[in-house]
Amino acid sequence: MLEVRNLTVRHGYLQALTNIDLSVSAGETLAIIGANGAGKSTLLRAIVGLHRPSAGTMALDGRAITMLPPHARVRAGIALVPEGRRLFPSLSVEENLMIGTASGRRGTWDVGRVFELFPWMKERRREPTIHLSGGEQQAVALGRALTASPRLLLLDELSLGLAPTVVRRIYGVLPQLVSDGMAVLLVEQDVAQALRVADRFQCLLEGRTTLEGRPKDATPQQIEAAYFGLAGRNESGSVA
Amino acid sequence: MNWVNAIVQGIMLGGLYALFACGLSILFGVVRVVNLAHGDFAVLAAYLALVVISTSHVPVLLAVIIVAPLFAVVGYVGQRLVIQRSLDVSPLTTLLVTFGLSVVIQNALLVFFSADSHSFDVGALISASLRVTPELSIGYVSLIIFVTAVVLLIGLQLFLSNTAIGRQIRAAADDQEAARIAGVDTRHVFGIAAAIAFGTVAIAGIALGIYSSFDPSAGPPRLIYAFEAVIIGGVGSIWGTLAGGIILGVAQAIGAQIDPSGGVLAGHLVFLAVLALRPQGLIRARLAA
Repeated sequence: MLEVRNLTVRHGYLQALTNIDLSVSAGETLAIIGANGAGKSTLLRAIVGLHRPSAGTMALDGRAITMLPPHARVRAGIALVPEGRRLFPSLSVEENLMIGTASGRRGTWDVGRVFELFPWMKERRREPTIHLSGGEQQAVALGRALTASPRLLLLDELSLGLAPTVVRRIYGVLPQLVSDGMAVLLVEQDVAQALRVADRFQCLLEGRTTLEGRPKDATPQQIEAAYFGLAGRNESGSVA
Repeated sequence: MNWVNAIVQGIMLGGLYALFACGLSILFGVVRVVNLAHGDFAVLAAYLALVVISTSHVPVLLAVIIVAPLFAVVGYVGQRLVIQRSLDVSPLTTLLVTFGLSVVIQNALLVFFSADSHSFDVGALISASLRVTPELSIGYVSLIIFVTAVVLLIGLQLFLSNTAIGRQIRAAADDQEAARIAGVDTRHVFGIAAAIAFGTVAIAGIALGIYSSFDPSAGPPRLIYAFEAVIIGGVGSIWGTLAGGIILGVAQAIGAQIDPSGGVLAGHLVFLAVLALRPQGLIRARLAA
Protein backbone atom coordinates (compact mmCIF):
# COMPACT_ATOMS: atom_id res chain seq x y z
CA MET A 1 0.00 0.00 0.00
CA LEU A 2 2.73 2.45 0.99
CA GLU A 3 5.88 2.28 -1.08
CA VAL A 4 8.87 4.40 -0.09
CA ARG A 5 11.88 4.25 -2.40
CA ASN A 6 15.37 5.68 -1.84
CA LEU A 7 14.11 8.32 0.56
CA THR A 8 16.75 10.84 1.58
CA VAL A 9 15.98 13.76 3.91
CA ARG A 10 18.42 16.45 4.97
CA HIS A 11 18.19 18.92 7.84
CA GLY A 12 20.58 21.57 6.61
CA TYR A 13 23.96 19.85 6.38
CA LEU A 14 22.83 16.86 8.41
CA GLN A 15 21.60 13.91 6.43
CA ALA A 16 18.79 12.56 8.62
CA LEU A 17 17.70 9.72 6.33
CA THR A 18 19.74 8.01 3.62
CA ASN A 19 18.22 5.85 0.88
CA ILE A 20 15.44 4.39 2.97
CA ASP A 21 13.28 1.74 1.28
CA LEU A 22 10.10 0.73 3.00
CA SER A 23 6.77 -0.82 2.21
CA VAL A 24 3.64 -1.62 4.18
CA SER A 25 0.73 -3.59 2.80
CA ALA A 26 -2.94 -3.58 3.79
CA GLY A 27 -3.63 -5.21 7.14
CA GLU A 28 0.03 -5.23 8.05
CA THR A 29 1.79 -3.63 11.02
CA LEU A 30 5.35 -2.44 10.48
CA ALA A 31 7.42 -1.22 13.41
CA ILE A 32 10.31 1.19 12.98
CA ILE A 33 12.75 0.84 15.85
CA GLY A 34 15.98 2.62 16.56
CA ALA A 35 17.84 4.71 19.10
CA ASN A 36 17.35 8.44 19.63
CA GLY A 37 18.33 10.36 16.53
CA ALA A 38 18.16 7.30 14.28
CA GLY A 39 15.70 9.15 12.03
CA LYS A 40 12.45 7.46 13.06
CA SER A 41 10.43 10.62 13.60
CA THR A 42 11.97 12.25 10.52
CA LEU A 43 10.77 9.25 8.50
CA LEU A 44 7.19 9.68 9.76
CA ARG A 45 7.31 13.43 9.19
CA ALA A 46 8.51 12.86 5.63
CA ILE A 47 5.69 10.38 4.99
CA VAL A 48 3.03 12.86 6.17
CA GLY A 49 4.60 15.70 4.21
CA LEU A 50 6.16 17.88 6.91
CA HIS A 51 9.66 17.32 5.50
CA ARG A 52 10.43 17.65 1.83
CA PRO A 53 12.75 14.80 0.81
CA SER A 54 15.88 15.76 -1.11
CA ALA A 55 15.62 12.49 -3.04
CA GLY A 56 13.36 9.49 -3.34
CA THR A 57 9.70 8.79 -3.98
CA MET A 58 6.64 7.87 -1.94
CA ALA A 59 3.47 6.29 -3.29
CA LEU A 60 0.21 5.25 -1.69
CA ASP A 61 -1.69 2.52 -3.56
CA GLY A 62 0.44 3.27 -6.60
CA ARG A 63 -0.32 6.99 -6.57
CA ALA A 64 2.66 9.31 -6.14
CA ILE A 65 2.36 11.43 -2.99
CA THR A 66 5.91 12.80 -2.82
CA MET A 67 4.86 16.33 -3.75
CA LEU A 68 1.52 16.52 -1.91
CA PRO A 69 1.10 18.90 1.05
CA PRO A 70 0.14 17.32 4.43
CA HIS A 71 -3.62 17.93 4.21
CA ALA A 72 -3.77 16.34 0.75
CA ARG A 73 -1.98 13.27 2.09
CA VAL A 74 -4.64 12.97 4.80
CA ARG A 75 -7.25 13.10 2.04
CA ALA A 76 -5.28 10.41 0.18
CA GLY A 77 -5.54 8.21 3.30
CA ILE A 78 -2.55 8.80 5.57
CA ALA A 79 -3.14 9.85 9.18
CA LEU A 80 -0.56 10.39 11.90
CA VAL A 81 -0.91 10.22 15.67
CA PRO A 82 1.91 12.61 16.47
CA GLU A 83 4.45 12.30 19.25
CA GLY A 84 3.24 14.15 22.34
CA ARG A 85 -0.38 13.86 21.10
CA ARG A 86 -0.62 17.50 19.98
CA LEU A 87 -4.33 17.88 20.80
CA PHE A 88 -5.94 21.29 20.32
CA PRO A 89 -6.40 22.81 23.80
CA SER A 90 -9.14 25.25 22.83
CA LEU A 91 -11.24 22.49 21.27
CA SER A 92 -13.40 20.00 23.16
CA VAL A 93 -12.86 16.24 22.92
CA GLU A 94 -15.53 15.94 20.25
CA GLU A 95 -14.23 18.95 18.31
CA ASN A 96 -10.73 17.44 18.32
CA LEU A 97 -12.17 14.28 16.81
CA MET A 98 -14.11 16.27 14.22
CA ILE A 99 -10.91 17.95 12.99
CA GLY A 100 -10.01 14.55 11.54
CA THR A 101 -12.78 15.05 8.97
CA ALA A 102 -11.34 18.40 7.83
CA SER A 103 -9.56 16.90 4.86
CA GLY A 104 -12.92 16.02 3.34
CA ARG A 105 -12.05 12.33 3.13
CA ARG A 106 -15.08 10.14 3.73
CA GLY A 107 -14.79 6.55 4.76
CA THR A 108 -15.81 3.95 7.25
CA TRP A 109 -14.82 5.97 10.32
CA ASP A 110 -16.59 8.85 11.97
CA VAL A 111 -16.90 10.35 15.44
CA GLY A 112 -19.65 7.87 16.37
CA ARG A 113 -17.44 4.88 15.61
CA VAL A 114 -14.63 6.33 17.73
CA PHE A 115 -17.14 6.59 20.59
CA GLU A 116 -17.90 2.88 20.07
CA LEU A 117 -14.20 2.11 20.29
CA PHE A 118 -13.72 4.27 23.42
CA PRO A 119 -17.14 4.45 25.12
CA TRP A 120 -15.96 6.79 27.93
CA MET A 121 -15.33 9.51 25.35
CA LYS A 122 -19.01 9.97 24.58
CA GLU A 123 -19.87 11.17 28.08
CA ARG A 124 -16.86 13.47 28.19
CA ARG A 125 -17.12 14.77 24.63
CA ARG A 126 -17.81 18.36 25.66
CA GLU A 127 -14.84 18.61 28.01
CA PRO A 128 -11.61 20.34 27.03
CA THR A 129 -8.82 17.83 26.49
CA ILE A 130 -6.66 19.28 29.26
CA HIS A 131 -9.08 17.68 31.75
CA LEU A 132 -8.13 14.23 30.48
CA SER A 133 -5.35 11.94 31.70
CA GLY A 134 -2.37 11.20 29.48
CA GLY A 135 -3.78 7.88 28.34
CA GLU A 136 -7.16 9.42 27.60
CA GLN A 137 -5.50 12.19 25.63
CA GLN A 138 -3.60 9.58 23.64
CA ALA A 139 -6.89 7.83 22.88
CA VAL A 140 -8.36 11.13 21.62
CA ALA A 141 -5.26 11.68 19.45
CA LEU A 142 -5.76 8.19 18.02
CA GLY A 143 -9.47 8.93 17.51
CA ARG A 144 -8.64 12.18 15.70
CA ALA A 145 -6.49 10.21 13.25
CA LEU A 146 -9.18 7.55 12.83
CA THR A 147 -11.98 9.99 11.95
CA ALA A 148 -9.95 10.75 8.80
CA SER A 149 -10.65 7.10 7.79
CA PRO A 150 -7.02 6.38 6.97
CA ARG A 151 -5.76 3.54 4.78
CA LEU A 152 -2.41 3.93 6.51
CA LEU A 153 -2.16 4.85 10.19
CA LEU A 154 1.12 6.21 11.52
CA LEU A 155 1.81 6.04 15.26
CA ASP A 156 4.67 8.09 16.68
CA GLU A 157 5.81 7.06 20.18
CA LEU A 158 2.36 6.07 21.37
CA SER A 159 3.71 4.73 24.69
CA LEU A 160 5.75 7.79 25.64
CA GLY A 161 5.03 8.93 29.20
CA LEU A 162 2.21 6.44 29.75
CA ALA A 163 1.84 3.65 32.31
CA PRO A 164 2.33 0.12 30.92
CA THR A 165 -1.30 -0.88 31.53
CA VAL A 166 -2.50 2.21 29.66
CA VAL A 167 -0.11 1.46 26.79
CA ARG A 168 -1.44 -2.11 26.56
CA ARG A 169 -5.03 -0.86 26.47
CA ILE A 170 -4.33 1.56 23.63
CA TYR A 171 -2.33 -0.97 21.63
CA GLY A 172 -5.18 -3.39 22.32
CA VAL A 173 -7.36 -1.66 19.71
CA LEU A 174 -4.81 -2.17 16.91
CA PRO A 175 -5.98 -5.71 15.95
CA GLN A 176 -9.49 -4.33 15.30
CA LEU A 177 -8.03 -1.71 12.99
CA VAL A 178 -5.77 -3.97 10.96
CA SER A 179 -8.49 -6.60 10.60
CA ASP A 180 -10.34 -3.98 8.54
CA GLY A 181 -7.39 -3.80 6.18
CA MET A 182 -5.80 -0.69 7.66
CA ALA A 183 -2.02 -0.65 7.44
CA VAL A 184 -0.13 0.51 10.53
CA LEU A 185 3.35 1.99 10.62
CA LEU A 186 4.57 2.61 14.15
CA VAL A 187 7.62 4.17 15.68
CA GLU A 188 8.50 3.11 19.21
CA GLN A 189 11.38 3.59 21.58
CA ASP A 190 9.97 0.70 23.60
CA VAL A 191 11.39 -2.03 21.36
CA ALA A 192 9.73 -4.91 23.20
CA GLN A 193 6.33 -3.26 22.83
CA ALA A 194 6.94 -2.59 19.15
CA LEU A 195 8.04 -6.15 18.39
CA ARG A 196 5.05 -7.56 20.27
CA VAL A 197 2.49 -5.89 18.00
CA ALA A 198 4.35 -5.79 14.68
CA ASP A 199 4.24 -8.26 11.79
CA ARG A 200 7.55 -6.90 10.53
CA PHE A 201 10.14 -4.51 11.86
CA GLN A 202 12.79 -2.30 10.41
CA CYS A 203 15.68 -1.02 12.53
CA LEU A 204 17.22 2.37 11.76
CA LEU A 205 20.65 3.60 12.75
CA GLU A 206 21.92 7.04 11.78
CA GLY A 207 19.33 7.33 9.04
CA ARG A 208 19.95 3.93 7.39
CA THR A 209 18.21 0.59 7.65
CA THR A 210 20.43 -1.83 9.56
CA LEU A 211 18.08 -4.76 9.99
CA GLU A 212 14.62 -5.77 8.82
CA GLY A 213 12.45 -8.82 9.05
CA ARG A 214 9.92 -10.59 11.24
CA PRO A 215 10.25 -10.23 15.01
CA LYS A 216 10.19 -14.00 15.55
CA ASP A 217 13.01 -14.55 13.06
CA ALA A 218 15.43 -12.12 14.68
CA THR A 219 17.49 -12.97 17.73
CA PRO A 220 17.82 -10.37 20.52
CA GLN A 221 21.56 -10.27 19.74
CA GLN A 222 20.89 -9.40 16.10
CA ILE A 223 18.47 -6.65 17.08
CA GLU A 224 20.82 -5.27 19.68
CA ALA A 225 23.67 -5.19 17.18
CA ALA A 226 21.50 -3.40 14.60
CA TYR A 227 20.10 -1.00 17.19
CA PHE A 228 23.45 0.12 18.57
CA GLY A 229 25.50 -0.39 15.41
CA LEU A 230 27.76 -3.02 16.91
CA ALA A 231 27.98 -5.05 13.71
CA GLY A 232 29.51 -3.73 10.49
CA ARG A 233 27.31 -0.71 9.94
CA ASN A 234 27.62 -0.52 6.17
CA GLU A 235 25.96 -3.79 5.40
CA SER A 236 22.22 -3.91 5.52
CA GLY A 237 21.03 -6.96 7.39
CA SER A 238 18.06 -9.14 6.70
CA VAL A 239 16.60 -11.98 8.71
CA ALA A 240 13.51 -12.70 6.65
CA MET B 1 -25.54 63.16 34.73
CA ASN B 2 -22.69 64.37 32.54
CA TRP B 3 -20.67 61.44 33.79
CA VAL B 4 -23.37 58.94 32.90
CA ASN B 5 -23.56 60.58 29.52
CA ALA B 6 -19.79 60.34 29.06
CA ILE B 7 -19.80 56.66 29.98
CA VAL B 8 -22.68 55.85 27.63
CA GLN B 9 -21.04 57.72 24.74
CA GLY B 10 -17.78 55.94 25.58
CA ILE B 11 -19.47 52.54 25.38
CA MET B 12 -20.93 53.45 21.98
CA LEU B 13 -17.49 54.56 20.73
CA GLY B 14 -16.02 51.36 22.16
CA GLY B 15 -18.17 49.35 19.77
CA LEU B 16 -16.44 51.06 16.86
CA TYR B 17 -13.03 50.39 18.40
CA ALA B 18 -13.91 46.72 18.86
CA LEU B 19 -14.96 46.57 15.21
CA PHE B 20 -11.54 47.89 14.24
CA ALA B 21 -9.77 45.57 16.63
CA CYS B 22 -11.39 42.20 15.93
CA GLY B 23 -9.71 41.78 12.53
CA LEU B 24 -6.34 42.64 14.03
CA SER B 25 -6.96 40.16 16.83
CA ILE B 26 -7.98 37.35 14.46
CA LEU B 27 -5.06 37.88 12.11
CA PHE B 28 -2.63 37.90 15.01
CA GLY B 29 -4.28 35.07 16.91
CA VAL B 30 -4.61 32.71 13.94
CA VAL B 31 -2.04 33.65 11.29
CA ARG B 32 0.46 35.22 13.76
CA VAL B 33 0.72 38.30 11.59
CA VAL B 34 0.75 41.81 12.99
CA ASN B 35 -0.91 43.78 10.23
CA LEU B 36 0.55 47.28 10.49
CA ALA B 37 -1.59 48.35 7.52
CA HIS B 38 -4.82 47.40 9.32
CA GLY B 39 -5.91 51.01 9.90
CA ASP B 40 -4.95 51.99 6.36
CA PHE B 41 -7.06 49.22 4.92
CA ALA B 42 -10.00 50.61 6.90
CA VAL B 43 -9.41 54.03 5.36
CA LEU B 44 -8.98 52.46 1.92
CA ALA B 45 -12.37 50.77 2.35
CA ALA B 46 -13.91 54.12 3.27
CA TYR B 47 -12.49 55.70 0.09
CA LEU B 48 -13.72 52.77 -1.95
CA ALA B 49 -17.19 53.30 -0.49
CA LEU B 50 -16.87 56.99 -1.38
CA VAL B 51 -16.17 56.05 -5.01
CA VAL B 52 -19.08 53.59 -5.05
CA ILE B 53 -21.45 56.21 -3.63
CA SER B 54 -20.33 59.04 -5.91
CA THR B 55 -20.50 56.94 -9.09
CA SER B 56 -23.70 54.99 -8.46
CA HIS B 57 -25.47 57.25 -5.91
CA VAL B 58 -26.38 54.33 -3.67
CA PRO B 59 -26.99 55.00 0.04
CA VAL B 60 -24.03 54.36 2.34
CA LEU B 61 -25.62 51.22 3.79
CA LEU B 62 -25.65 49.62 0.35
CA ALA B 63 -22.04 50.70 -0.16
CA VAL B 64 -21.12 48.67 2.95
CA ILE B 65 -22.80 45.61 1.46
CA ILE B 66 -20.73 46.04 -1.72
CA VAL B 67 -17.38 47.02 -0.19
CA ALA B 68 -17.18 44.60 2.77
CA PRO B 69 -17.47 41.36 0.71
CA LEU B 70 -15.09 42.83 -1.85
CA PHE B 71 -12.60 43.47 0.93
CA ALA B 72 -13.08 39.94 2.27
CA VAL B 73 -12.05 38.64 -1.17
CA VAL B 74 -9.07 41.04 -1.19
CA GLY B 75 -8.14 39.69 2.25
CA TYR B 76 -8.28 36.06 1.12
CA VAL B 77 -6.28 36.65 -2.06
CA GLY B 78 -3.84 39.02 -0.32
CA GLN B 79 -3.22 36.47 2.41
CA ARG B 80 -2.45 33.67 -0.02
CA LEU B 81 -0.41 35.71 -2.49
CA VAL B 82 1.38 38.26 -0.30
CA ILE B 83 1.23 37.62 3.44
CA GLN B 84 1.66 33.83 3.26
CA ARG B 85 4.72 34.23 1.04
CA SER B 86 6.34 36.69 3.42
CA LEU B 87 5.34 34.42 6.33
CA ASP B 88 7.21 31.56 4.64
CA VAL B 89 10.35 33.73 4.62
CA SER B 90 10.21 34.90 8.25
CA PRO B 91 7.79 36.52 10.72
CA LEU B 92 9.83 39.71 10.57
CA THR B 93 9.26 39.92 6.83
CA THR B 94 5.50 40.14 7.35
CA LEU B 95 6.06 43.13 9.63
CA LEU B 96 8.07 44.86 6.90
CA VAL B 97 5.57 43.92 4.20
CA THR B 98 2.55 45.23 6.11
CA PHE B 99 4.48 48.39 7.07
CA GLY B 100 5.29 48.87 3.40
CA LEU B 101 1.65 48.36 2.47
CA SER B 102 0.69 51.00 5.03
CA VAL B 103 3.01 53.58 3.44
CA VAL B 104 1.91 52.69 -0.09
CA ILE B 105 -1.82 52.91 0.73
CA GLN B 106 -1.47 56.28 2.49
CA ASN B 107 0.51 57.83 -0.34
CA ALA B 108 -1.63 56.34 -3.09
CA LEU B 109 -4.73 57.78 -1.39
CA LEU B 110 -2.97 61.14 -1.12
CA VAL B 111 -2.19 61.09 -4.85
CA PHE B 112 -5.67 60.08 -5.98
CA PHE B 113 -7.89 61.79 -3.41
CA SER B 114 -5.76 64.69 -2.00
CA ALA B 115 -5.44 65.33 1.72
CA ASP B 116 -9.03 66.62 2.08
CA SER B 117 -11.07 64.86 4.71
CA HIS B 118 -14.38 63.24 3.85
CA SER B 119 -17.38 61.86 5.64
CA PHE B 120 -20.50 60.02 4.56
CA ASP B 121 -23.80 61.82 4.29
CA VAL B 122 -26.55 59.97 6.12
CA GLY B 123 -29.05 62.83 5.96
CA ALA B 124 -31.09 63.77 9.00
CA LEU B 125 -30.03 60.61 10.82
CA ILE B 126 -26.70 62.18 11.78
CA SER B 127 -28.32 64.60 14.23
CA ALA B 128 -31.23 62.41 15.35
CA SER B 129 -30.96 60.86 18.77
CA LEU B 130 -32.76 58.61 21.17
CA ARG B 131 -33.73 60.53 24.30
CA VAL B 132 -33.32 58.14 27.22
CA THR B 133 -33.78 60.71 30.01
CA PRO B 134 -34.01 64.51 29.76
CA GLU B 135 -30.24 64.73 30.16
CA LEU B 136 -29.12 61.56 28.39
CA SER B 137 -29.57 60.99 24.71
CA ILE B 138 -27.83 58.59 22.38
CA GLY B 139 -27.26 59.47 18.76
CA TYR B 140 -28.84 56.98 16.36
CA VAL B 141 -25.63 56.81 14.36
CA SER B 142 -23.55 55.77 17.39
CA LEU B 143 -26.26 53.35 18.46
CA ILE B 144 -26.42 51.74 15.00
CA ILE B 145 -22.64 51.41 14.85
CA PHE B 146 -22.52 49.93 18.36
CA VAL B 147 -25.29 47.43 17.64
CA THR B 148 -23.64 46.51 14.32
CA ALA B 149 -20.34 45.90 16.11
CA VAL B 150 -21.91 43.73 18.81
CA VAL B 151 -23.98 41.74 16.32
CA LEU B 152 -20.92 41.18 14.11
CA LEU B 153 -18.77 40.04 17.04
CA ILE B 154 -21.47 37.68 18.31
CA GLY B 155 -21.85 36.33 14.79
CA LEU B 156 -18.11 35.86 14.51
CA GLN B 157 -18.02 34.05 17.85
CA LEU B 158 -20.84 31.73 16.77
CA PHE B 159 -19.07 31.11 13.47
CA LEU B 160 -15.84 30.15 15.24
CA SER B 161 -17.63 27.99 17.79
CA ASN B 162 -20.11 26.13 15.62
CA THR B 163 -18.89 25.69 12.07
CA ALA B 164 -16.37 23.25 10.62
CA ILE B 165 -14.22 26.03 9.21
CA GLY B 166 -14.42 27.93 12.53
CA ARG B 167 -13.21 24.79 14.30
CA GLN B 168 -10.34 24.51 11.82
CA ILE B 169 -9.44 28.17 12.41
CA ARG B 170 -9.23 27.53 16.17
CA ALA B 171 -7.21 24.34 15.65
CA ALA B 172 -4.75 26.13 13.37
CA ALA B 173 -4.46 28.95 15.92
CA ASP B 174 -3.64 26.38 18.64
CA ASP B 175 -1.06 24.33 16.76
CA GLN B 176 -0.51 24.94 13.08
CA GLU B 177 1.57 21.85 12.40
CA ALA B 178 -0.77 19.51 14.25
CA ALA B 179 -3.66 20.99 12.26
CA ARG B 180 -1.88 20.32 8.96
CA ILE B 181 -1.23 16.67 9.72
CA ALA B 182 -4.80 16.26 10.96
CA GLY B 183 -5.96 17.26 7.48
CA VAL B 184 -6.52 21.01 7.78
CA ASP B 185 -5.49 23.06 4.74
CA THR B 186 -3.94 25.82 6.84
CA ARG B 187 -3.33 28.13 3.89
CA HIS B 188 -7.02 28.10 3.06
CA VAL B 189 -7.90 28.55 6.75
CA PHE B 190 -5.51 31.51 7.02
CA GLY B 191 -7.12 32.96 3.92
CA ILE B 192 -10.56 32.70 5.56
CA ALA B 193 -9.20 34.37 8.72
CA ALA B 194 -7.78 37.20 6.59
CA ALA B 195 -11.11 37.48 4.74
CA ILE B 196 -12.87 37.96 8.11
CA ALA B 197 -10.26 40.50 9.19
CA PHE B 198 -10.55 42.51 5.98
CA GLY B 199 -14.34 42.31 5.80
CA THR B 200 -14.72 43.59 9.36
CA VAL B 201 -12.11 46.33 8.94
CA ALA B 202 -13.94 47.53 5.82
CA ILE B 203 -17.14 47.87 7.84
CA ALA B 204 -15.17 49.64 10.58
CA GLY B 205 -13.64 52.07 8.08
CA ILE B 206 -17.01 53.01 6.61
CA ALA B 207 -18.47 53.32 10.12
CA LEU B 208 -15.65 55.72 10.92
CA GLY B 209 -16.63 57.79 7.88
CA ILE B 210 -20.21 58.00 9.13
CA TYR B 211 -19.30 58.63 12.77
CA SER B 212 -16.67 61.27 12.09
CA SER B 213 -14.41 61.78 9.07
CA PHE B 214 -11.41 60.26 7.35
CA ASP B 215 -8.43 61.37 5.29
CA PRO B 216 -5.46 59.47 3.84
CA SER B 217 -3.53 59.63 7.12
CA ALA B 218 -6.41 58.52 9.37
CA GLY B 219 -5.24 54.89 9.42
CA PRO B 220 -2.32 54.80 11.90
CA PRO B 221 -4.24 56.36 14.85
CA ARG B 222 -6.99 53.74 14.27
CA LEU B 223 -4.31 51.04 14.32
CA ILE B 224 -3.10 52.30 17.71
CA TYR B 225 -6.63 52.22 19.18
CA ALA B 226 -7.19 48.76 17.72
CA PHE B 227 -3.92 47.53 19.21
CA GLU B 228 -4.89 48.97 22.58
CA ALA B 229 -8.32 47.33 22.49
CA VAL B 230 -6.73 43.96 21.63
CA ILE B 231 -4.11 44.22 24.38
CA ILE B 232 -6.60 45.41 27.02
CA GLY B 233 -9.06 42.65 26.19
CA GLY B 234 -6.58 39.82 25.62
CA VAL B 235 -5.19 38.62 22.31
CA GLY B 236 -7.31 36.16 20.39
CA SER B 237 -10.49 36.52 22.43
CA ILE B 238 -13.50 37.95 20.64
CA TRP B 239 -15.28 38.90 23.87
CA GLY B 240 -12.03 40.35 25.15
CA THR B 241 -11.80 42.53 22.06
CA LEU B 242 -15.31 43.86 22.64
CA ALA B 243 -14.53 44.49 26.31
CA GLY B 244 -11.20 46.10 25.39
CA GLY B 245 -12.84 48.41 22.86
CA ILE B 246 -15.49 49.47 25.34
CA ILE B 247 -12.98 50.08 28.15
CA LEU B 248 -10.86 52.18 25.79
CA GLY B 249 -13.91 54.14 24.61
CA VAL B 250 -15.12 54.78 28.17
CA ALA B 251 -11.62 55.80 29.31
CA GLN B 252 -11.39 58.30 26.46
CA ALA B 253 -14.87 59.68 27.15
CA ILE B 254 -14.20 60.08 30.88
CA GLY B 255 -10.79 61.62 30.15
CA ALA B 256 -12.40 64.11 27.80
CA GLN B 257 -14.99 64.91 30.48
CA ILE B 258 -12.21 65.78 32.95
CA ASP B 259 -10.26 67.78 30.41
CA PRO B 260 -11.49 68.35 26.85
CA SER B 261 -8.08 67.53 25.39
CA GLY B 262 -7.36 64.64 27.74
CA GLY B 263 -9.47 61.92 26.12
CA VAL B 264 -6.83 60.22 23.99
CA LEU B 265 -4.27 60.46 26.79
CA ALA B 266 -6.64 58.80 29.27
CA GLY B 267 -7.14 55.92 26.84
CA HIS B 268 -3.39 55.43 26.49
CA LEU B 269 -2.95 55.52 30.29
CA VAL B 270 -5.55 52.81 30.84
CA PHE B 271 -3.84 50.77 28.12
CA LEU B 272 -0.46 51.19 29.82
CA ALA B 273 -1.95 50.28 33.21
CA VAL B 274 -3.39 47.05 31.79
CA LEU B 275 -0.13 46.26 30.03
CA ALA B 276 1.80 46.76 33.28
CA LEU B 277 -0.60 45.01 35.67
CA ARG B 278 -2.21 42.35 33.49
CA PRO B 279 -0.14 41.86 30.34
CA GLN B 280 -2.16 38.83 29.23
CA GLY B 281 -5.26 41.05 28.94
CA LEU B 282 -8.51 41.00 30.89
CA ILE B 283 -9.84 37.85 29.24
CA ARG B 284 -7.18 35.23 28.88
CA ALA B 285 -8.96 33.03 26.44
CA ARG B 286 -8.17 31.33 23.23
CA LEU B 287 -10.38 31.86 20.23
CA ALA B 288 -13.95 31.02 21.14
CA ALA B 289 -12.99 29.05 24.23
